[in-house]
Amino acid sequence: MTSPAPDAATVRVAPKARLQWDEVRQRHVLLYPEGLVALNETGADILALCDGTHTLAGIVTSLQQRYGVEGVQQDVTGFLEALAAKGLILFERG
Amino acid sequence: MMSQPLWLLAELTYRCPLQCPYCSNPLEFAGGRFRNELGTEDWCRVFREAKALGVLQLGLSGGEPLLRADLEQLVAAAHEVGLYSSLITSAYRLTKDRLAALRRAGLDHVQISVQAADEELSNYIAGTASYRDKLAAYRWTKELGFPLTVNVVLHRKNLHQVRDLILLAESLGAERIELANTQFYGWAFHNRDALMPTRAQLDEGWRVVQEERARLGTKLEIVWVLPDYHERYPKPCMGGWARSYMTVTPAGEVWPCHAAGRITTLKFANVREHPSPRSAATPGCLSRAAPARARRWTSAAVAARHS
Repeated sequence: MTSPAPDAATVRVAPKARLQWDEVRQRHVLLYPEGLVALNETGADILALCDGTHTLAGIVTSLQQRYGVEGVQQDVTGFLEALAAKGLILFERG
Repeated sequence: MMSQPLWLLAELTYRCPLQCPYCSNPLEFAGGRFRNELGTEDWCRVFREAKALGVLQLGLSGGEPLLRADLEQLVAAAHEVGLYSSLITSAYRLTKDRLAALRRAGLDHVQISVQAADEELSNYIAGTASYRDKLAAYRWTKELGFPLTVNVVLHRKNLHQVRDLILLAESLGAERIELANTQFYGWAFHNRDALMPTRAQLDEGWRVVQEERARLGTKLEIVWVLPDYHERYPKPCMGGWARSYMTVTPAGEVWPCHAAGRITTLKFANVREHPSPRSAATPGCLSRAAPARARRWTSAAVAARHS
Protein backbone atom coordinates (compact mmCIF):
# COMPACT_ATOMS: atom_id res chain seq x y z
CA MET A 1 0.00 0.00 0.00
CA THR A 2 2.98 2.29 -0.30
CA SER A 3 3.82 4.37 -3.33
CA PRO A 4 4.87 4.33 -6.10
CA ALA A 5 1.94 2.50 -7.58
CA PRO A 6 2.88 -0.34 -9.90
CA ASP A 7 0.99 -0.33 -13.22
CA ALA A 8 0.34 -4.06 -13.08
CA ALA A 9 -1.18 -4.11 -9.60
CA THR A 10 -4.91 -4.34 -9.15
CA VAL A 11 -6.42 -1.50 -7.18
CA ARG A 12 -9.19 -1.56 -4.64
CA VAL A 13 -10.76 0.62 -1.99
CA ALA A 14 -9.57 -0.58 1.44
CA PRO A 15 -12.12 -2.54 3.49
CA LYS A 16 -12.21 0.17 6.15
CA ALA A 17 -13.41 2.77 3.62
CA ARG A 18 -16.80 3.11 1.96
CA LEU A 19 -17.63 5.03 -1.20
CA GLN A 20 -21.14 6.41 -1.26
CA TRP A 21 -23.31 9.11 -2.77
CA ASP A 22 -24.23 11.94 -0.40
CA GLU A 23 -27.63 13.29 -1.32
CA VAL A 24 -27.24 16.38 0.86
CA ARG A 25 -23.97 17.56 -0.71
CA GLN A 26 -24.73 16.10 -4.13
CA ARG A 27 -21.36 14.45 -4.41
CA HIS A 28 -19.63 11.17 -3.68
CA VAL A 29 -17.77 10.77 -0.41
CA LEU A 30 -15.26 8.20 0.77
CA LEU A 31 -15.96 7.48 4.42
CA TYR A 32 -13.44 5.93 6.78
CA PRO A 33 -12.82 5.80 10.54
CA GLU A 34 -13.09 9.35 11.90
CA GLY A 35 -12.90 11.03 8.52
CA LEU A 36 -14.04 11.44 4.96
CA VAL A 37 -12.87 12.56 1.56
CA ALA A 38 -15.31 14.61 -0.49
CA LEU A 39 -14.87 13.74 -4.15
CA ASN A 40 -15.52 15.52 -7.37
CA GLU A 41 -17.06 13.58 -10.23
CA THR A 42 -13.71 12.61 -11.67
CA GLY A 43 -12.45 11.30 -8.34
CA ALA A 44 -15.63 9.30 -7.84
CA ASP A 45 -15.27 7.77 -11.32
CA ILE A 46 -11.73 6.68 -10.53
CA LEU A 47 -12.73 5.08 -7.23
CA ALA A 48 -15.69 3.31 -8.80
CA LEU A 49 -13.13 1.39 -10.87
CA CYS A 50 -11.07 0.49 -7.80
CA ASP A 51 -12.95 -2.76 -7.13
CA GLY A 52 -10.01 -5.15 -7.09
CA THR A 53 -10.52 -6.32 -10.70
CA HIS A 54 -8.82 -3.46 -12.57
CA THR A 55 -5.14 -2.63 -12.81
CA LEU A 56 -3.91 0.92 -12.63
CA ALA A 57 -3.13 0.80 -16.37
CA GLY A 58 -6.63 -0.55 -17.05
CA ILE A 59 -8.24 2.21 -15.02
CA VAL A 60 -6.33 4.86 -16.93
CA THR A 61 -7.32 3.35 -20.28
CA SER A 62 -10.94 3.10 -19.26
CA LEU A 63 -11.09 6.70 -18.07
CA GLN A 64 -9.35 8.03 -21.18
CA GLN A 65 -11.92 6.26 -23.33
CA ARG A 66 -14.84 7.46 -21.27
CA TYR A 67 -13.73 11.08 -21.18
CA GLY A 68 -12.20 11.15 -24.62
CA VAL A 69 -8.93 12.61 -23.33
CA GLU A 70 -5.28 11.57 -23.21
CA GLY A 71 -2.59 11.84 -20.59
CA VAL A 72 -4.54 11.35 -17.37
CA GLN A 73 -2.13 8.76 -16.02
CA GLN A 74 -0.17 11.14 -13.81
CA ASP A 75 -3.35 12.65 -12.41
CA VAL A 76 -4.89 9.28 -11.60
CA THR A 77 -1.69 7.87 -10.14
CA GLY A 78 -1.16 10.90 -7.92
CA PHE A 79 -4.74 10.77 -6.69
CA LEU A 80 -4.55 7.06 -5.84
CA GLU A 81 -1.12 7.29 -4.25
CA ALA A 82 -2.34 10.08 -1.97
CA LEU A 83 -5.24 7.88 -0.85
CA ALA A 84 -2.94 4.88 -0.50
CA ALA A 85 -0.76 6.91 1.85
CA LYS A 86 -3.79 7.15 4.12
CA GLY A 87 -4.46 3.44 3.80
CA LEU A 88 -7.68 4.06 1.86
CA ILE A 89 -6.53 2.41 -1.38
CA LEU A 90 -4.70 -0.89 -1.69
CA PHE A 91 -2.46 -1.93 -4.58
CA GLU A 92 -2.33 -5.70 -4.88
CA ARG A 93 -0.01 -7.70 -7.12
CA GLY A 94 -1.92 -10.07 -9.33
CA MET B 1 -19.70 23.43 0.33
CA MET B 2 -19.40 21.29 3.45
CA SER B 3 -21.14 23.58 5.91
CA GLN B 4 -23.71 21.03 7.06
CA PRO B 5 -23.06 19.03 10.26
CA LEU B 6 -20.89 16.01 9.53
CA TRP B 7 -20.69 14.23 12.84
CA LEU B 8 -23.21 13.08 15.39
CA LEU B 9 -22.04 11.86 18.78
CA ALA B 10 -24.91 9.75 20.11
CA GLU B 11 -24.44 9.41 23.85
CA LEU B 12 -26.74 6.44 24.28
CA THR B 13 -26.48 6.20 28.06
CA TYR B 14 -24.38 7.68 30.84
CA ARG B 15 -24.40 4.37 32.70
CA CYS B 16 -20.88 2.91 32.73
CA PRO B 17 -19.03 0.16 34.61
CA LEU B 18 -15.80 2.19 34.58
CA GLN B 19 -14.98 5.14 36.82
CA CYS B 20 -12.28 7.02 34.94
CA PRO B 21 -11.38 10.25 36.74
CA TYR B 22 -11.36 12.27 33.48
CA CYS B 23 -14.80 11.16 32.28
CA SER B 24 -16.24 13.61 29.75
CA ASN B 25 -19.81 12.98 30.87
CA PRO B 26 -21.57 15.66 32.95
CA LEU B 27 -20.77 15.77 36.68
CA GLU B 28 -24.45 15.22 37.42
CA PHE B 29 -24.80 12.29 34.99
CA ALA B 30 -26.71 10.22 37.52
CA GLY B 31 -29.31 12.95 37.97
CA GLY B 32 -32.85 13.15 36.64
CA ARG B 33 -31.89 15.25 33.64
CA PHE B 34 -30.17 12.26 31.99
CA ARG B 35 -31.87 9.15 33.37
CA ASN B 36 -34.90 9.22 31.13
CA GLU B 37 -33.16 7.60 28.18
CA LEU B 38 -34.46 7.80 24.63
CA GLY B 39 -36.06 4.64 23.31
CA THR B 40 -35.06 2.67 20.23
CA GLU B 41 -37.52 4.41 17.94
CA ASP B 42 -36.41 7.85 19.09
CA TRP B 43 -32.79 7.09 18.26
CA CYS B 44 -33.66 5.58 14.89
CA ARG B 45 -35.55 8.76 14.04
CA VAL B 46 -32.63 10.92 15.20
CA PHE B 47 -30.31 8.96 12.90
CA ARG B 48 -32.62 9.47 9.92
CA GLU B 49 -32.99 13.17 10.66
CA ALA B 50 -29.26 13.63 11.19
CA LYS B 51 -28.52 11.97 7.86
CA ALA B 52 -31.00 14.26 6.16
CA LEU B 53 -29.20 17.25 7.71
CA GLY B 54 -25.90 16.10 6.22
CA VAL B 55 -24.37 13.98 8.99
CA LEU B 56 -22.20 11.15 7.64
CA GLN B 57 -20.24 9.99 10.69
CA LEU B 58 -21.94 8.54 13.75
CA GLY B 59 -20.24 7.88 17.08
CA LEU B 60 -22.14 5.47 19.31
CA SER B 61 -20.87 6.45 22.70
CA GLY B 62 -21.85 6.94 26.32
CA GLY B 63 -21.24 6.08 29.11
CA GLU B 64 -20.96 2.55 27.92
CA PRO B 65 -23.08 1.96 24.79
CA LEU B 66 -22.92 -1.83 25.24
CA LEU B 67 -25.31 -1.40 28.17
CA ARG B 68 -28.06 -0.61 25.65
CA ALA B 69 -29.75 -3.94 24.90
CA ASP B 70 -30.97 -2.46 21.60
CA LEU B 71 -27.49 -1.52 20.36
CA GLU B 72 -27.67 -4.00 17.46
CA GLN B 73 -30.97 -2.44 16.33
CA LEU B 74 -29.50 1.04 16.54
CA VAL B 75 -26.47 0.01 14.49
CA ALA B 76 -28.74 -1.54 11.88
CA ALA B 77 -30.81 1.66 11.69
CA ALA B 78 -27.68 3.77 11.25
CA HIS B 79 -26.40 1.45 8.55
CA GLU B 80 -29.71 1.52 6.72
CA VAL B 81 -29.61 5.30 6.29
CA GLY B 82 -25.94 5.28 5.26
CA LEU B 83 -24.15 6.59 8.34
CA TYR B 84 -20.57 5.41 8.89
CA SER B 85 -20.82 4.12 12.44
CA SER B 86 -18.15 3.87 15.12
CA LEU B 87 -18.67 2.06 18.41
CA ILE B 88 -16.83 3.91 21.18
CA THR B 89 -16.58 1.46 24.03
CA SER B 90 -14.64 0.26 27.05
CA ALA B 91 -15.33 -3.32 25.83
CA TYR B 92 -16.01 -4.37 29.43
CA ARG B 93 -17.89 -7.69 29.36
CA LEU B 94 -18.12 -7.59 25.57
CA THR B 95 -18.36 -11.04 23.99
CA LYS B 96 -17.22 -12.14 20.57
CA ASP B 97 -20.78 -13.20 19.73
CA ARG B 98 -22.10 -9.73 20.40
CA LEU B 99 -19.32 -8.10 18.41
CA ALA B 100 -20.11 -10.45 15.52
CA ALA B 101 -23.79 -9.49 15.77
CA LEU B 102 -22.83 -5.82 15.60
CA ARG B 103 -20.72 -6.60 12.52
CA ARG B 104 -23.70 -8.27 10.86
CA ALA B 105 -25.87 -5.28 11.75
CA GLY B 106 -23.50 -3.06 9.76
CA LEU B 107 -21.15 -1.52 12.32
CA ASP B 108 -18.20 0.03 10.46
CA HIS B 109 -15.48 0.73 13.04
CA VAL B 110 -14.64 -0.12 16.63
CA GLN B 111 -12.82 2.17 19.05
CA ILE B 112 -11.84 0.58 22.35
CA SER B 113 -10.28 2.52 25.19
CA VAL B 114 -7.45 1.34 27.36
CA GLN B 115 -6.36 3.29 30.41
CA ALA B 116 -2.68 2.32 30.42
CA ALA B 117 -0.25 -0.09 28.74
CA ASP B 118 -0.19 -2.56 31.63
CA GLU B 119 -2.94 -4.37 33.46
CA GLU B 120 -2.33 -3.02 36.93
CA LEU B 121 -2.28 0.66 36.02
CA SER B 122 -5.10 0.33 33.48
CA ASN B 123 -7.38 -1.30 36.02
CA TYR B 124 -6.40 1.25 38.65
CA ILE B 125 -7.26 4.22 36.45
CA ALA B 126 -10.50 2.63 35.20
CA GLY B 127 -11.54 1.69 38.74
CA THR B 128 -12.65 -1.64 37.28
CA ALA B 129 -10.77 -4.83 36.38
CA SER B 130 -11.31 -4.38 32.66
CA TYR B 131 -7.88 -4.75 31.00
CA ARG B 132 -8.22 -8.42 30.07
CA ASP B 133 -11.65 -7.83 28.54
CA LYS B 134 -10.13 -5.09 26.43
CA LEU B 135 -7.27 -7.23 25.14
CA ALA B 136 -9.67 -9.99 24.18
CA ALA B 137 -11.96 -7.51 22.45
CA TYR B 138 -9.07 -6.00 20.49
CA ARG B 139 -8.28 -9.44 19.07
CA TRP B 140 -11.91 -10.18 18.19
CA THR B 141 -12.25 -6.79 16.52
CA LYS B 142 -9.43 -7.63 14.13
CA GLU B 143 -10.57 -11.25 13.67
CA LEU B 144 -13.99 -10.01 12.60
CA GLY B 145 -12.46 -7.64 10.06
CA PHE B 146 -13.23 -4.29 11.67
CA PRO B 147 -10.88 -1.34 11.48
CA LEU B 148 -9.67 -0.77 15.05
CA THR B 149 -8.83 2.39 16.96
CA VAL B 150 -7.13 2.15 20.34
CA ASN B 151 -8.05 5.17 22.46
CA VAL B 152 -6.08 6.33 25.47
CA VAL B 153 -6.65 9.42 27.56
CA LEU B 154 -3.27 10.74 28.69
CA HIS B 155 -2.49 12.48 31.96
CA ARG B 156 0.14 12.66 34.66
CA LYS B 157 -0.20 8.98 35.64
CA ASN B 158 0.29 7.40 32.20
CA LEU B 159 2.14 9.87 29.96
CA HIS B 160 5.37 7.94 30.57
CA GLN B 161 3.79 5.00 28.70
CA VAL B 162 3.29 6.65 25.31
CA ARG B 163 5.77 4.34 23.58
CA ASP B 164 4.41 1.22 25.25
CA LEU B 165 0.89 2.22 24.24
CA ILE B 166 1.93 2.68 20.61
CA LEU B 167 3.72 -0.70 20.68
CA LEU B 168 0.57 -2.27 22.12
CA ALA B 169 -1.57 -0.80 19.31
CA GLU B 170 0.98 -1.94 16.73
CA SER B 171 1.03 -5.48 18.12
CA LEU B 172 -2.77 -5.60 17.98
CA GLY B 173 -2.82 -4.64 14.29
CA ALA B 174 -4.79 -1.46 15.00
CA GLU B 175 -5.26 1.09 12.22
CA ARG B 176 -5.21 4.06 14.60
CA ILE B 177 -4.24 5.00 18.10
CA GLU B 178 -5.72 8.13 19.61
CA LEU B 179 -3.48 9.57 22.28
CA ALA B 180 -5.91 12.06 23.73
CA ASN B 181 -4.37 14.39 26.23
CA THR B 182 -6.90 15.10 28.94
CA GLN B 183 -9.23 17.96 28.08
CA PHE B 184 -10.04 19.73 31.30
CA TYR B 185 -13.81 19.88 31.31
CA GLY B 186 -16.30 18.17 33.59
CA TRP B 187 -14.79 15.40 35.71
CA ALA B 188 -11.29 16.10 34.42
CA PHE B 189 -11.53 19.69 35.61
CA HIS B 190 -12.89 18.48 38.94
CA ASN B 191 -9.92 16.09 39.29
CA ARG B 192 -7.33 18.35 37.67
CA ASP B 193 -4.92 18.32 40.63
CA ALA B 194 -4.41 14.58 40.17
CA LEU B 195 -4.39 14.60 36.36
CA MET B 196 -2.50 17.68 35.22
CA PRO B 197 0.78 16.63 33.56
CA THR B 198 4.01 18.60 33.74
CA ARG B 199 5.32 20.42 30.73
CA ALA B 200 8.30 18.03 30.68
CA GLN B 201 5.99 14.99 30.52
CA LEU B 202 4.13 16.45 27.56
CA ASP B 203 7.31 17.39 25.73
CA GLU B 204 8.66 13.87 26.18
CA GLY B 205 5.36 12.31 25.05
CA TRP B 206 5.32 14.46 21.92
CA ARG B 207 8.95 13.57 21.19
CA VAL B 208 8.11 9.86 21.36
CA VAL B 209 5.08 10.36 19.11
CA GLN B 210 7.22 12.01 16.45
CA GLU B 211 9.78 9.19 16.63
CA GLU B 212 7.12 6.52 16.37
CA ARG B 213 5.37 8.28 13.50
CA ALA B 214 8.64 8.26 11.58
CA ARG B 215 9.14 4.57 12.34
CA LEU B 216 5.62 3.40 11.58
CA GLY B 217 4.71 5.55 8.58
CA THR B 218 1.28 4.61 7.25
CA LYS B 219 1.17 1.33 9.18
CA LEU B 220 -0.39 2.92 12.24
CA GLU B 221 -1.95 6.37 12.40
CA ILE B 222 -0.96 8.08 15.64
CA VAL B 223 -3.38 10.83 16.62
CA TRP B 224 -2.07 13.24 19.24
CA VAL B 225 -4.86 15.35 20.72
CA LEU B 226 -3.32 18.63 21.82
CA PRO B 227 -3.19 19.16 25.55
CA ASP B 228 -5.01 21.91 27.37
CA TYR B 229 -3.05 24.50 29.36
CA HIS B 230 0.36 23.98 27.80
CA GLU B 231 -0.35 25.46 24.39
CA ARG B 232 0.79 28.93 23.46
CA TYR B 233 -2.70 30.09 22.55
CA PRO B 234 -6.08 28.85 23.75
CA LYS B 235 -7.77 26.57 21.27
CA PRO B 236 -11.12 27.49 19.75
CA CYS B 237 -14.12 26.37 21.77
CA MET B 238 -13.88 22.54 22.07
CA GLY B 239 -11.55 22.48 19.08
CA GLY B 240 -14.35 23.88 16.96
CA TRP B 241 -16.84 21.13 17.64
CA ALA B 242 -20.01 23.07 17.02
CA ARG B 243 -19.06 23.86 13.44
CA SER B 244 -19.38 20.30 12.24
CA TYR B 245 -20.36 18.17 15.25
CA MET B 246 -23.36 17.75 17.42
CA THR B 247 -24.07 15.66 20.49
CA VAL B 248 -27.37 14.14 21.49
CA THR B 249 -27.50 13.18 25.16
CA PRO B 250 -29.12 10.01 26.54
CA ALA B 251 -32.30 11.93 27.33
CA GLY B 252 -32.42 13.66 23.94
CA GLU B 253 -30.90 17.09 24.51
CA VAL B 254 -29.02 18.44 21.50
CA TRP B 255 -25.68 20.04 22.39
CA PRO B 256 -23.06 21.74 20.19
CA CYS B 257 -20.42 19.70 22.02
CA HIS B 258 -20.32 17.14 24.81
CA ALA B 259 -19.42 19.72 27.46
CA ALA B 260 -22.07 22.32 26.57
CA GLY B 261 -24.57 21.01 29.09
CA ARG B 262 -22.75 22.78 31.88
CA ILE B 263 -23.55 26.18 30.40
CA THR B 264 -26.47 27.26 32.56
CA THR B 265 -27.47 30.25 30.42
CA LEU B 266 -28.24 28.10 27.37
CA LYS B 267 -31.49 26.28 26.84
CA PHE B 268 -31.15 23.17 24.73
CA ALA B 269 -33.68 21.72 22.34
CA ASN B 270 -34.72 18.12 22.93
CA VAL B 271 -35.26 15.68 20.08
CA ARG B 272 -38.44 14.45 21.79
CA GLU B 273 -40.04 17.85 21.24
CA HIS B 274 -38.31 18.96 18.05
CA PRO B 275 -38.59 16.38 15.33
CA SER B 276 -36.87 17.65 12.23
CA PRO B 277 -39.34 18.77 9.56
CA ARG B 278 -37.06 17.12 7.04
CA SER B 279 -37.43 13.71 8.60
CA ALA B 280 -40.15 12.66 6.17
CA ALA B 281 -37.86 13.15 3.22
CA THR B 282 -34.94 10.92 4.19
CA PRO B 283 -32.81 10.23 1.16
CA GLY B 284 -31.88 6.70 0.21
CA CYS B 285 -28.38 6.12 1.46
CA LEU B 286 -26.96 4.46 -1.57
CA SER B 287 -28.89 6.34 -4.21
CA ARG B 288 -26.43 7.01 -6.98
CA ALA B 289 -28.77 8.74 -9.38
CA ALA B 290 -26.31 11.17 -10.90
CA PRO B 291 -27.79 13.58 -13.42
CA ALA B 292 -27.17 12.48 -17.00
CA ARG B 293 -24.76 14.88 -18.62
CA ALA B 294 -21.51 14.86 -20.51
CA ARG B 295 -18.50 14.04 -18.39
CA ARG B 296 -15.51 16.36 -18.39
CA TRP B 297 -12.17 15.50 -16.93
CA THR B 298 -11.68 17.99 -14.09
CA SER B 299 -8.46 16.73 -12.55
CA ALA B 300 -8.83 13.99 -10.06
CA ALA B 301 -8.16 16.23 -7.13
CA VAL B 302 -9.77 15.72 -3.80
CA ALA B 303 -12.05 18.70 -3.38
CA ALA B 304 -12.13 18.79 0.38
CA ARG B 305 -11.08 16.68 3.28
CA HIS B 306 -12.42 16.61 6.79
CA SER B 307 -11.15 14.51 9.60
